[in-house]
Amino acid sequence: MPRRTPWIVALLTLATISLGACGGPFPQSALDPASDFAWKLQDLFEGIFFWAVVVFVLVEGALIVAILRFRERPGGPEPKATHGNTLLEISWTLAPAIILVLIAIPTIKTIWDVDRPARGESLVVEAVGHQWWWEFRYPDLGIVTANELHIPVGQQIDVRLTSADVIHSFWFPRLGGKRDVIPGHETQIWFTADSAGLYLGQCAEFCGLSHALMKMELVAESPADFEAWVEGQLADAVVTDSVSFAEGTQAFMRGGCIACHKIRGTVAQGVIGPDLTHVGSRRRIAGGILDNTPENMERWIRDSRGVKPGSLMIVPELDDETVSRIVEYLQGLK
Amino acid sequence: MAVRSESPAASASHAHEGTYAGGLLSWITTVDHKRIGVMYGVSAFFFFLVGGLEALLIRLQLGSAENTLIDPDLYNQLFTMHGTTMVFLAIMPLSAAFFNFIVPLQIGARDVAFPRLNAFSFWVFFLGALFMNASFLFGGAPDAGWFGYANLTSTQYSPGMRVDFWVIGLLVLGVSSIAAALNFIVTIINLRCEGMTLMRMPLFTWMTLITSFLLVMAFPAITVGLVLLMFDRMFGTLFFNPMAGGDVLLWQHLFWIFGHPEVYILLLPGLGIVSEVIPVFSRKPLFGYAFVVYSGILIAFLGFGVWAHHMFAVGLGPVANTVFSATTMLIAIPTGVKIFNWIATLWGGSLRLRTPLYFALGFIAMFIIGGLSGVMHASAPTDLQQTDTYFIVAHIHYVLFGGVMFALFAGMYYWFPKITGRMMSERLGKAHFWMMIISFNLTFFPQHFLGLHGMPRRTFTYESGLGFEAMNLMSTVGAMLLGASMLIFIWNVLGTLRKGAPAGDNPWEGSTLEWSIASPPPHYNFRVLPVVGGRDPLWAEDLTKAVPGDDPSTPEPHMPGPSYFPFATAVGIVVMAGGGLTLTLPVVLVGVALVLFGIYGWAFQPLEH
Amino acid sequence: MSQTDAAAMEMHSATGLPNRKILMWAFIGSECMLFGSLIIVYMVYRGKSLVGPYPADLLNIPFITVTTFVLLMSSLMMVLALSAVQRGDMKWGKIWLFMTALLGMVFLGGQVYEFSHFVHEGLTLKTNLFGGSFFLLTGTHGAHVAVGVIWLMSLVFMAQRGRLTQANAETVEIAGLYWHFVDVVWIVLFTLIYLLV
Repeated sequence: MPRRTPWIVALLTLATISLGACGGPFPQSALDPASDFAWKLQDLFEGIFFWAVVVFVLVEGALIVAILRFRERPGGPEPKATHGNTLLEISWTLAPAIILVLIAIPTIKTIWDVDRPARGESLVVEAVGHQWWWEFRYPDLGIVTANELHIPVGQQIDVRLTSADVIHSFWFPRLGGKRDVIPGHETQIWFTADSAGLYLGQCAEFCGLSHALMKMELVAESPADFEAWVEGQLADAVVTDSVSFAEGTQAFMRGGCIACHKIRGTVAQGVIGPDLTHVGSRRRIAGGILDNTPENMERWIRDSRGVKPGSLMIVPELDDETVSRIVEYLQGLK
Repeated sequence: MAVRSESPAASASHAHEGTYAGGLLSWITTVDHKRIGVMYGVSAFFFFLVGGLEALLIRLQLGSAENTLIDPDLYNQLFTMHGTTMVFLAIMPLSAAFFNFIVPLQIGARDVAFPRLNAFSFWVFFLGALFMNASFLFGGAPDAGWFGYANLTSTQYSPGMRVDFWVIGLLVLGVSSIAAALNFIVTIINLRCEGMTLMRMPLFTWMTLITSFLLVMAFPAITVGLVLLMFDRMFGTLFFNPMAGGDVLLWQHLFWIFGHPEVYILLLPGLGIVSEVIPVFSRKPLFGYAFVVYSGILIAFLGFGVWAHHMFAVGLGPVANTVFSATTMLIAIPTGVKIFNWIATLWGGSLRLRTPLYFALGFIAMFIIGGLSGVMHASAPTDLQQTDTYFIVAHIHYVLFGGVMFALFAGMYYWFPKITGRMMSERLGKAHFWMMIISFNLTFFPQHFLGLHGMPRRTFTYESGLGFEAMNLMSTVGAMLLGASMLIFIWNVLGTLRKGAPAGDNPWEGSTLEWSIASPPPHYNFRVLPVVGGRDPLWAEDLTKAVPGDDPSTPEPHMPGPSYFPFATAVGIVVMAGGGLTLTLPVVLVGVALVLFGIYGWAFQPLEH
Repeated sequence: MSQTDAAAMEMHSATGLPNRKILMWAFIGSECMLFGSLIIVYMVYRGKSLVGPYPADLLNIPFITVTTFVLLMSSLMMVLALSAVQRGDMKWGKIWLFMTALLGMVFLGGQVYEFSHFVHEGLTLKTNLFGGSFFLLTGTHGAHVAVGVIWLMSLVFMAQRGRLTQANAETVEIAGLYWHFVDVVWIVLFTLIYLLV
């Protein structure tokens, strides 16, 4: 092997390691914790990572030294046929064992710290996974919404999770680890957000055709803002006094939408699909994948399966005018 | 230490081109472990390329955000078949190729204990692999992941035949694997030549024995899981139906009770190969032989106690998570012991830096990385961030590709001369190595970061603006180069077969019995069965307890004749599978009849005729 | 399983045990894992059926006790068969082998009767978790018994044609290993399913 090879390898290794910086910013990153739960996991990870680096440097180092030092030299001596060394075997069994104990202790502490029901005062949220959207209910507040979760900063949130169909996984990386949602089971996760902001989440268990398109958003806001949001959510659907509103309402109620959707205060009481009572004020639609604009909403209604393959939203053939009336109506439901 | 370049009677030996002579029928009816090994190897490599192509398509789709090259339906088939193909149709049969060709030679035997059962195993694998891939032509390939989680795999959420192809295909492949493993257990226990105690066996043979035990003990769990799923889909049972009290988690437990030992089934043969290559190319014996053996045994045992680390996000509770975190961390210890013993073997040696050693060293370097990321997700809480993300994808590829495939390539380069009688090009081998290791790291290292930055796995696309674009592009470019590197290997193989230099009996100055006979070996392997007095028989100080070579004065041993009953039985099984798939009883019965015909014919046919 | 392969290969045995015996033991080990997994499924779903019929409604312990006894006796027949063949007494070897198979068939007959009775009472594979797990577990066992019966009857026919001799005692021994294993599995199943209701 030519003499410059070790340097090339070293440079490449360094380059590879610095890859992590490529392509930021990372708004959905687990390495940017923003809750107590997420920080516990990050602290544990950093500890383990430290030991991993130590072991990596030592063992890869020994390997590289061995390769460089003991290369065959022409005319060199015959290697000594050593068969083993019990002391060495014991040492290099004990040393990793000790490192593993140093990793296991904080691991077990953290397991018992996070793998338990929420303690103390919490706001309970029920999350139900569907193919391919999230239903969020606040049982104590009487709110039902979809895909966009609002929580007050600094308050512990106790999420109770289940699925309406197949296994999904609830994951907001910046707010902590993920928890699978399993039909026939209830699982739990809790966290307290550090600061206000928009947090991005995604389903993290393969759940069929549009698994990659099952997203959700979490808005953490000041208690006052949260109260305002709650009030808004509790109200029945907005009613506007205009002809287009009346026509839009009619178009929605007659268009087959009420079979699946609910708009409180109207005859639309379907429970199969997301609750649309305040859909106009959501940032995104279609399971968190489209920005909530009239154009996108129209596209979603016209061609749900084109936007989200496999979507269960089956919309009958509607003419352009009906669709735009429906969109206008829904956009007004703030 | 006397390192002999040739066994005593080697000057009388000559390459046996007749070893592979004969037309198609001779290959279909062969019961010779060497030919069966070659068939496993060629088929496995073919499916490795198929799985690789599936991966390249995946990477092309993920090369840019919101790409529309491949729709989610095709994508889900591709990633499902990529995983299934690589695990069951590429890595396992590649290992089987080496079990078949090399193990009987290493233990000084003329064949395996049950040559016809051996042929049967191959044909069931081959026909089963075709069966599973036929799905692409009949309504689409399986698309619920290689792990097929209930209840996504129920008929409600996976209508059509795709998942049925997967279930039945895997049941068929299970028959092949268990039959082969039973064969190798008996072979290694009972057919060792005189003087070869268990603790004098070559490491590769040891790992084969341990892997075979893992196979026969782990496969039944997935067999049961698959049967439960098959019954749910075909007969309306309620095993995984949450509405009827069924528990979808039962599938996960059964699958991973198989699935975790399965990864050690994938890994251990590679560890065995590396344990052979490193001493030979260091010109000194394996350091800590006994410890390397015991750690292999320990890994196998512990491997049955870690399965729920695949379920840390399920919420099994703190007790389960503690136990499985602990056992998973524990298994790192015997793994580390092996690595240290390899380094100690290199240490003080005289390293001949030839292609097999390059790949063995590449294995160690990459496997360390994969092992360390594994320790990170052994910790249940940190795994809550890592599981189901590209961090895990990075881990599995570092251990299975950077690890096992590098080791299998080391085996290919090491034993190619023995199998074909020709030497491969060193120049091309090293070019293959460098291109492979560099592009491999380019493909998979960025995936660690993608996972930590929030990219889930099994997703056909990702949104722009999440920071995933640059690293995905890097990974895609790497994958293309990785695919291209295989062309160098194929070119080398074809060129060598055409005009490679003759290898002789022992071109690498190896120490184990396969190097004491001609390359390729005569169909009877050893004219006179060897007698050994220790490990590394060809490096023995005392040459009077010699390994007899191909002494022409001894008559050629009579070997078992060819038989078509194993092939017929295998065909019968796949016919049954086809009937089961389509729920046509007459076809199943035809298959059963063929199986019975095959078994009875086999039972009443003398081995030598 | 061939009669003449014993002489065909110059294979010695490192353990002194014949290859086929080690094969059968290894196979039995694998089968333990198979039945173990099926038993786990049954146990996990015990008491979890949402609708009946339930085990207490249907399981007829006296009846199954009798069929269990029959299967146990068949193992005794098997022991006698092996002993006869090892002695070279092919007449009694054939008779005991046939008796083993016959008692096996009686056991299977009892299973068929029980299964059809259950179906008549409204329990099928699809009815509930009990139906699915019960029929799968006992059905798998029954299939193993059936394979054993076919194997034994094949040996009987071979003996009839004079192709089973003292030299084949090993073949009978290995069939016996399989048969006894299937019997032991039934003891476990009988205990778990019927006695621990």
